[in-house]
Amino acid sequence: MALSTDDIKKIAHLARIEVSDDEAQATLAKLTGIMGLIEQMQAVDTQGIAPMSHSQDVVQRLRDDVVNKTNQREAFQQIAPVLGNGSAERAVDHGLYLVPKVIE
Amino acid sequence: MINQSLATLSQMLAEKQVSSVELTQTFLDRIDTLNPDINAYIALDQDKTLAQAQAADARIAAGNALPLTGIPIAQKDIFCAKGWQTTCGSKMLENFIAPYDAHVISQFDAVGAVNLGKTNMDEFAMGSSNETSYFGGVKNPWDLTRVPGGSSGGSAAAVAARLCAAATGTDTGGSIRQPASLCGFTGLKPTYGVVSRYGMIAFASSLDQAGPMAKSAEDCALMMNVMAGFDERDSTSLNRKKEDYSRYLNQPVSGLPLAGLKIGLPKEYFAEGLDAAVAKVVMDAVAEYKKLGAEVIEISLPNTGLSIPVYYVLAPAEASSNLSRYDGVRYGHRADQYADLMEMYCKSRAEGFGAEVKRRILIGTYVLSAGYYDAYYLKAQQIRRLIAQDFVEAFKRCDVIVGPAAPSTAFKAGEKVDDPVAMYLQDIYTISTNLAGLPGMSVPAGFAQANDGVPLPVGLQIIGNYFDEARMLNVAHQYQRVTDWHTRMPDLTAIEGVA
Repeated sequence: MALSTDDIKKIAHLARIEVSDDEAQATLAKLTGIMGLIEQMQAVDTQGIAPMSHSQDVVQRLRDDVVNKTNQREAFQQIAPVLGNGSAERAVDHGLYLVPKVIE
Repeated sequence: MINQSLATLSQMLAEKQVSSVELTQTFLDRIDTLNPDINAYIALDQDKTLAQAQAADARIAAGNALPLTGIPIAQKDIFCAKGWQTTCGSKMLENFIAPYDAHVISQFDAVGAVNLGKTNMDEFAMGSSNETSYFGGVKNPWDLTRVPGGSSGGSAAAVAARLCAAATGTDTGGSIRQPASLCGFTGLKPTYGVVSRYGMIAFASSLDQAGPMAKSAEDCALMMNVMAGFDERDSTSLNRKKEDYSRYLNQPVSGLPLAGLKIGLPKEYFAEGLDAAVAKVVMDAVAEYKKLGAEVIEISLPNTGLSIPVYYVLAPAEASSNLSRYDGVRYGHRADQYADLMEMYCKSRAEGFGAEVKRRILIGTYVLSAGYYDAYYLKAQQIRRLIAQDFVEAFKRCDVIVGPAAPSTAFKAGEKVDDPVAMYLQDIYTISTNLAGLPGMSVPAGFAQANDGVPLPVGLQIIGNYFDEARMLNVAHQYQRVTDWHTRMPDLTAIEGVA
């Protein structure tokens, strides 16, 4: 099926990427080419073939239910992003990450 | 010194002909001179690097040296290295200082190797020319107007220009082998699951695999001895017995060294799309293999052509999921101006990701979205099985598969950058091994003249059966014993100045 710029904008929203009208237009041309390549798959009869999600046929390993990680909050929060909106501070406060209000 | 094998460097260190600090400084000085033109490294930290070299010298003096102790290694910037800027070639991670070490990094640390710096790469390893890097393209040392290949383009240029003793790379669809072919050195993508992906920034988790990029098969074997091994922190790491990847090299042989070896030539790898000059170099190498005693048979991998469409469904699908972690909340880029949470996400990601990464996230999101999942994602997984089955059938008839690693020699910077589909076709001969999870390598096999008369390296691809890396390395090593393509160095005197 042929993609439209509205489709691009819808997909971009699902992927949480802001796109301008111009970007959507430019992306449409490139994605149409790539989807054309992908459509080659439709000519193959895959009836009854089990999908292959992974190259090794192994089961998920289990580990003992014991604590094996230490708290590294301070180290991790040192690389928090800058808050923005006029503040050059890191987006952390009292060990928590700062984000815009989520619940009204 | 810069052109010596890892084994020779190790011996020179052991015999105190040179110290690790001197060896490391030699490479750092060379990087200082050449990197401004080649752009192979994104991050350098002389203090950290030299401290490791000093520690290595102490270790050697104490008599606790291992084969790679004191050897300066370039690390692809996809591996988290504690205290090092780790960007994955992206603006998204421009200010990311890794708080922990990837398994591969800690393996090199444990043997006392020296981290020379972090090498440039296509953004999030998405590209075949290194032109999608936020930190600028990398130049091919054989011709500075051309690309080094990708995505491990910085490591590739660093090995080719002798800006390191050896380097690491990762290969999701050809990102070790295609640049190895375009830059004229030896690169190995191991069997999926042999090298831990812990701390290796994820692109497509069912395909990503790290491997060595070095001057020879012998060097790659020494690198594999450090990189490979079980790691419980990667759920797909395979718990196998530790093996010595050098074990078949330099074994005494009576008669021809490769007598009894069956090489399969897939007819699909020599069909339309392969540059004639590249085909000639590959067939010359095949002739050399016959002289070494190998038997050559024609085989068929009928679904080769489908590997690209399948890959461009599966890899973007996995990437769209993996890259959803970059939301500007806990690390990475956050937009400077935003009104609410949704806008913070959308603007942070729009600003942090480059055009190719965005395209792949969009494709992945599309093929996984409701109503399209069966037609694209499931269909691609079914064809993936057909592709893997092709190899199972082929390996009933031969021991290794040989062909070109890339359809052409290095192309000009800018040539394919606006045509994603043309760029994707660069990986036609490499992608299917990632889909099947098989090991593959590229070995320098000679030079082909570009249409402007410049001689450019050509790589011979060797594909092995699962876990057959040691044999593949010997197949490459026997060829390197009777040829000298892997010892050739690009002439960089124009930018080096008078030595």
